[in-house]
Amino acid sequence: MTPAERPLSPFQLGTIYKLQLTSMLSLNHRATGIFLSVGSPFLVWWLVAAATGDHAFAAARWFFGSWLGLLMLLGWTFSFFYHLCNGIRHLVWDAGYGFELRTAYASGWTVVAASGALTVIAYAAGLLVRG
Amino acid sequence: MDRQQLRSPLGRAVGPGSAKEGVEHWWAQRVTAVALILLGLWFAASLVALAGADRAQVLRWLHEPLPAILTILTVIALFYHGALGLQVVIEDYVHSEWLKISSLVVMRLVSVALAVAGIFAVLRIAFGG
Repeated sequence: MTPAERPLSPFQLGTIYKLQLTSMLSLNHRATGIFLSVGSPFLVWWLVAAATGDHAFAAARWFFGSWLGLLMLLGWTFSFFYHLCNGIRHLVWDAGYGFELRTAYASGWTVVAASGALTVIAYAAGLLVRG
Repeated sequence: MDRQQLRSPLGRAVGPGSAKEGVEHWWAQRVTAVALILLGLWFAASLVALAGADRAQVLRWLHEPLPAILTILTVIALFYHGALGLQVVIEDYVHSEWLKISSLVVMRLVSVALAVAGIFAVLRIAFGG
């Protein structure tokens, strides 16, 4: 049996469903989750390098200090705070609160503002510590 | 005879089905999420404090019991939560059955391997001279 060619969920956005804050935040929750998963091997690399020796750690340190490493750290910082803030929003929903449209939009914008602010604070603090 | 016809309409409506489970994934995702709120914030703050740190600083940090224990807990919660999330992503977007199953298996194995490597690294530093 050949399945019917129906449009599948993510590809209906923009063509069938109008783009809106709530759906964009939902999409971004998944995207940041995937990006954080991509980052997790790098975290293990850093830990294993520290346990292995000076030479191994120097390589990891060089990478995280390179422009690519710093860019990825910025992406992971934002992804972490976004996924954290929006994750808390999801937990509140799981508890049965915040489903009113106005509340859902208010909490959505709060997530955007909070994750943006926390990213700037944490990344700037990191750069300051690094010297 | 069709097994379904042996069950009463009420039995069909309230019956738990053959698996009698299904909420474990949902619950585990929430429990690890709550754990990661606390562990994640602590770990992120620690990484900021260690920005640009040399190896000696990292070794001194993980040589203390509390950072070592919390880092291990972070690694466990992180890879558990990540595996649960990636599982949903794979189930949603990979439609070919064999590719879906093999992606899930590889993802699980890689997650466990990375978690064990991370934990081992922390223990080696914590118990190292």
